[in-house]
Amino acid sequence: MSNKQEPEQKKSPLSQRVKDLSPSGIRKFFDIISTMDDVVSLGVGEPDFVTPWRIREAAIYSLEKGYTMYTSNFGLLELRQGISKYLNERYDLSYDPDNQVLVTVGVSQALDLAMRAILDPGDEVIIPEPTYVSYIPCVSLSGGIPVTVPTHMENSFRVQPADIEARITPRTKAILMGYPNNPTGAVMPRHEMEQIADIARRHDLMVVSDEIYERLVYGVEHVCFASLPGMAERTIHVGGFSKSYAMTGWRIGYACSSPEVIEAIMKVHQYTMMCAPIQGQMAAIEALRSGDGPVEEMREEYNRRRHLMVTGLNRLGLSCLEPQGAFYTFPSIKALDMSSDEFAERLLMEERVAIVPGSAFGPSGEGHIRCCYAVSTEEIEEALDRMGRFVGNVKGGR
Amino acid sequence: MRDILAILEQNARATPKEISEMTGHTPEDVRETIAKAERDKTIVKYKTIVNWDHLGEQEVLAVVELRVTPQRDMGFDGIAKRIARFPEVRSLHLMSGSYDLSVMLAGKTMQEVASFVAIKLAVLEEVQGTTTHFLLKRFKEDGVILDGEDVAKRLPLTP
Repeated sequence: MSNKQEPEQKKSPLSQRVKDLSPSGIRKFFDIISTMDDVVSLGVGEPDFVTPWRIREAAIYSLEKGYTMYTSNFGLLELRQGISKYLNERYDLSYDPDNQVLVTVGVSQALDLAMRAILDPGDEVIIPEPTYVSYIPCVSLSGGIPVTVPTHMENSFRVQPADIEARITPRTKAILMGYPNNPTGAVMPRHEMEQIADIARRHDLMVVSDEIYERLVYGVEHVCFASLPGMAERTIHVGGFSKSYAMTGWRIGYACSSPEVIEAIMKVHQYTMMCAPIQGQMAAIEALRSGDGPVEEMREEYNRRRHLMVTGLNRLGLSCLEPQGAFYTFPSIKALDMSSDEFAERLLMEERVAIVPGSAFGPSGEGHIRCCYAVSTEEIEEALDRMGRFVGNVKGGR
Repeated sequence: MRDILAILEQNARATPKEISEMTGHTPEDVRETIAKAERDKTIVKYKTIVNWDHLGEQEVLAVVELRVTPQRDMGFDGIAKRIARFPEVRSLHLMSGSYDLSVMLAGKTMQEVASFVAIKLAVLEEVQGTTTHFLLKRFKEDGVILDGEDVAKRLPLTP
């Protein structure tokens, strides 16, 4: 006779930490769209340009030459030197390529590494909201506690320094900034960044600054947080090539900080990832060599589409600020008396236009939708036509 | 002005209203700027890039290199203007290097193009010699790749 007994309740195969993560707010729509054709999608989150040819060509050449091996855990030295030089020329930062720059698998991994390197269980991280979808899970998965700070249309979705300060507790470890912002398109002006820097200094906080959209600002200055006086040593500067050079699929980003922090980040990176793919790193080296030309051309094109989208949305009565950065508009749908989720679902089903409901970016995103203008002008016009019909029908009570 | 022309250069059919929404200029300003650019020939012409191959129509194109004796007081201008007037001449450029004028010719048959070179160009007094290259295939025209491969599609929804 066996003395083994069936346990009364089977163990879950999943960790509580993962079970506690909220499901993605866009998954449902993704599943619906994949069954449809004729969808005009403003729900994308990446450039519609293909990586400039000279960058692709350099990567192809590197394959032909047989560059198919691991790189240093930190990334190719030439790329780190290039990143260091770029940040120096652009923001007057001086990161030593030997021990202050680490090449990552996109900004996403850089953020994950940053959180794992700095957080102890129970440490709090302050995050402006609406927030990019991965910030909160990134903090939770590292054992930290995300503390969100709502931002509002009245302040152009800029996080207010006083609102940050009001949420600081003895457990606060860091502020996670993401400007230019996805999904709101907000850009932080220098004087407000300086106030946040002052808060970080007074409360001895780290600042993780995700500046993946740094090159996509329109008529305003991008303030690099680490470049503010005294901030380089307490900032983890996170950037990448995806948005500036239309290189999303290459997955190349970087983290820059003090040697102590980068050493810690590298420790996690070497055991979990080893290194970023070499082809992407080779392509990124060429991207930096190619200078501002391709970036500027794309930015000018986004700027035209931005005007087109903002004017169009406002004409439909979906009140929309002129976003100063990234490639998203975040109009209000409050005039329509429905949730952003319902708006997104009905717009998709009735008019075949995909957008992302604001609620996917946190509770303060409710009442808004995210419309990406990194799509062709023809698609923007078609989407606006369809949305106009939809808004008309909703207002007409149908 | 530059921003308006840049849009038109990409899409000659963009309307003043569309351009206005893309640039922030009023439609009236856009209309006026375009009219002025048309008057002073900053906008030379609106044209469409057609891939005639799709209609199975065979147009014969040739590039003719001309070595030319420049004329007193006029240099290459006199002879160039004379050649440019022929409707068979699609484009004409003065070049540096081993020849002087590059003439792009279009015709219905190879015969037609060849005889134009022989009868009209080679016999000009200033022309010392010609070398004719027939065009075999067009890959890129005015910055546009003809019959480019399909662009890879993005995922329709990403965070």
